[in-house]
Amino acid sequence: MPTEENILIKVKNLKKYFNLRTGFIFNKAAGSVKAVDDISFFIKKGETFGLVGESGCGKSTAARLVLRLLQPSAGEIYYKGINILKLKRSQMFKYRREIQIIFQDPYASLSPRMTIGDIVSEPLEIHRVGDRSSRLKRIKETLKIVGLNPEHINRYPHEFSGGQRQRVGIARALVLQPELIICDEPVSALDVSVQAQILNLMVDLQKEFNLTYLFIAHDLSVVKYVSNRIGVMYLGKIVEIAASEDLYKKPLHPYTMGLLSAIPIPDPNLERQRKRIILPGDVPSPINPPTGCRFHPRCPNAQEICSKQEPELKNYTENGNDHFAACFFAGKPI
Amino acid sequence: MNNILEEKILEVKNLKTYFYTDGGVVKAVDGVNFDLKMGETLGIVGETGSGKSITALTILGLIPIPPGRIESGEIIFEGQDLLKYKISNLKHFRGNKISMIFQDPMTSLNPVFTIGYQIIESILAHQNVTKKQAYAQALELLDMVGISDRKKRMKSYPHEFSGGMRQRAMIAMAIANSPSILIADEPTTALDVTIQAQILELLDTLKKKTNSSVILITHDLGVIAKYAERVMVMYAGKPVEFASVDDIFYKPLHPYTLGLIGSISKLNEEKKERLKPIKGAPPSLIDLPKGCTFASRCKFAVKKCKENFPPAIEEETGHFTACFRAKEFMDGSLSRD
Amino acid sequence: MYPFKDDKNKIQNDSNINEIIDESILLEAEIEKKYSKSSLYKDAWKRLVRNKLAMVGLAIVILMAVIAIFSPFIAPYNPIDRIKEASQKGPSLQHWFGTDILGRDIFSRVLYGTRISMLVGVVAVAISLAIGLFLGALSGFFGGVSDAVIMRIADIFFAFPYILGAIVIMTVLGPGVLNVFIAIGILGWASVARLFRSSILSIKEKEYIEAARALGASNSRIIIKHIFPNSFAPIIVYSTMNVGTAIIVEAALSFLGLGVQPPTPSWGKMLSESLGYINTSPWMMFFPGIAILITCLGFVLLGDGLRDAFDPRLKR
Repeated sequence: MPTEENILIKVKNLKKYFNLRTGFIFNKAAGSVKAVDDISFFIKKGETFGLVGESGCGKSTAARLVLRLLQPSAGEIYYKGINILKLKRSQMFKYRREIQIIFQDPYASLSPRMTIGDIVSEPLEIHRVGDRSSRLKRIKETLKIVGLNPEHINRYPHEFSGGQRQRVGIARALVLQPELIICDEPVSALDVSVQAQILNLMVDLQKEFNLTYLFIAHDLSVVKYVSNRIGVMYLGKIVEIAASEDLYKKPLHPYTMGLLSAIPIPDPNLERQRKRIILPGDVPSPINPPTGCRFHPRCPNAQEICSKQEPELKNYTENGNDHFAACFFAGKPI
Repeated sequence: MNNILEEKILEVKNLKTYFYTDGGVVKAVDGVNFDLKMGETLGIVGETGSGKSITALTILGLIPIPPGRIESGEIIFEGQDLLKYKISNLKHFRGNKISMIFQDPMTSLNPVFTIGYQIIESILAHQNVTKKQAYAQALELLDMVGISDRKKRMKSYPHEFSGGMRQRAMIAMAIANSPSILIADEPTTALDVTIQAQILELLDTLKKKTNSSVILITHDLGVIAKYAERVMVMYAGKPVEFASVDDIFYKPLHPYTLGLIGSISKLNEEKKERLKPIKGAPPSLIDLPKGCTFASRCKFAVKKCKENFPPAIEEETGHFTACFRAKEFMDGSLSRD
Repeated sequence: MYPFKDDKNKIQNDSNINEIIDESILLEAEIEKKYSKSSLYKDAWKRLVRNKLAMVGLAIVILMAVIAIFSPFIAPYNPIDRIKEASQKGPSLQHWFGTDILGRDIFSRVLYGTRISMLVGVVAVAISLAIGLFLGALSGFFGGVSDAVIMRIADIFFAFPYILGAIVIMTVLGPGVLNVFIAIGILGWASVARLFRSSILSIKEKEYIEAARALGASNSRIIIKHIFPNSFAPIIVYSTMNVGTAIIVEAALSFLGLGVQPPTPSWGKMLSESLGYINTSPWMMFFPGIAILITCLGFVLLGDGLRDAFDPRLKR
């Protein structure tokens, strides 16, 4: 078990329900979307924790909850041992310096009317760091670190390519020297050759500045490349958490198995030999998730109990590494 | 592997599609050559702006003119050059003998008509059957693409379908007239991983069942490795390498192909190897550099690369490469690292 | 060679193909080259200059502004001087546009009328903008009850016929130039508020707003630094067009005797004065009418051109 000191962030029983309403002034509740439904995980200082899942599984909502961009319906988030959900606005402000975010879309995440310099300077202005000249120096340094030309400080985002724009986004997140960076699909909008550039940059920055990443993506091969540990989400729940090697080699949850098998590996010979598990059906709506285990309608291993009872996340530790899975038949091959 | 009929069903020769925009002439497709054999899956790989989608649209005659213009080339299908066809005769091929599946099924399906209506329409457009027969055919098609509860689904509108189901419906429409060529342009990019697997398997099964040929356009090398038999790699409007899937992955002869393979993280890798990305970004299609378009990003570039575009040479049987240094990769005098 | 919209039964729609083409040919590097070192406004200006109709509109607007400012120097006569021997004279070399019933020079009166029209246009629209932007921000950014209340009030303003509303307000406030500003300004806020609200709603969801929030940026900072600069373009377009509308409403109010009071020259008033003499002295009606038409046309053409310039996709 990790000691309390080296845990940077710990999420406990976090829930976010979005209420659906009908009507305008005289609206009434019409059910709720259980976007995140009771998830718990922790991230150690200096590690990368990957959160992977398909669209609608709640991974992006989870990211926004950790940032407190959304108010959770229930649960606790401890940052360095302090429950940040209990903090008032002014107290929270201090922590905003330490937790930053990088977004998916390098087009939508930079304001088109601000120059690169303005964008990277904004965090410094908001947190009143330094004076004009020291800020400028710091902005230029940061731009250089992320591989951009500091001379381009007066250019607008549309003058840059997608990969360069993503570097600007990284510079904005980095300029306050945060502890934790939440990466919400940071490379999925980029072309493969540029993806690799950005991933390498992120890995380098982590080493250099001792950063902690919460890395969210739908692409398991990317997540596996950057992460030490991975959590797999399905319909608002975490179904498996393991070290990334263990997750690939010995997946315990049938959904993880299906997900791994669904990803074609760029190796023709291997692909010819590989047996594919094709998970049937669609991801159900989070408005009305299936009873019991949420995965049971698509699960080849499902038994009667699966539709009735919800499996808990249990530790199936082996060789000292924690390996959690929420399945009554964890590890049973499909 | 190569016991498929060696009969060429489609041949594209020196195809050039340019767009005349305010900013200048965009050479979207600039000299594409390839052939498609009966029953095979040809993969076209490339990044945004490589011209892979425009090649497909040109084959189907879907390029808006203006601003587009087909500068030169031949598209030989069943012994005839499609580019010589008149407007009115082209629909005999489009959606009939050659059909296409798009990336985003939501915009490809008309939201105001039911799925059933749209499938029946595409049958009636090309086949001489009664409405009743077309309805029966549509039901059968839905079954083929794995849509259950067919009669109810015929009456559904596109927005009532999930992304995966819509793509299935699109496929049903595309195969409605038993096309001999199916062009799939990033058919699963908009879908979730597990749904992507379903759709690709479906496409593969249907291809085998109907013995049609598939042109699979994607940026995902994993998908290529799994489904394609031969692969064309495109860069900045030009094909840079064309070979069997094994040659592309195990003996790539073009530095761009090498770079692409080095850029992707592989799920099966034991130890974490650092990715080897290609430096820089693709060039502007308006103002292409003289010489090889890849030279500025290529770590193997020599002086002559910056002067002339290398011709595509068949280095070994069926393995074409447009690179001056391909021979050195071949005989091992130049390391691929 | 190849057609586009030929096939009735085509299975895919044009927007889909256009999207694929856009994505394929508008390579980032190319966009970079095309727009390099120019902001949206510079770029929009370039497109505007190329648009001939918009340039005609701009020329008219500039011309009218110049006339309004310099009318005392251009006008050959004092617009309120009655020249007794020249009442109801047709256009001539002395009086280019003729004279009215009281013997005033119509050319000079039309020139001076530009002042009122332009002033009403600009001031009234400024008032609409001030109210509309404030309430629009309130309802778009904060939502909830304030949104519901503000938008329902806006609905009431929409449901009320514009001219009728103006008449009601003018009757309450009494005639006069200042009250014309207020009446037209108040009536115009609802559209501005709606426009601003909808652009806030779309921009609010953008990731750069989330980024600013994650940094702890205050609401006012987000509105001023992020939302406002990004939603400005449609407001400029709308306001330009609205100046034309304001000019017409002022003319109508003055025509009805509720607006600018005599003897101050106003085009609307001039039209109403010409009413009894359409058969005998048509020039009395013709020239102010033409002035209104041209001015409004100028603003509408310019507004149209601005819209195309800010959103080049619309023209495709």
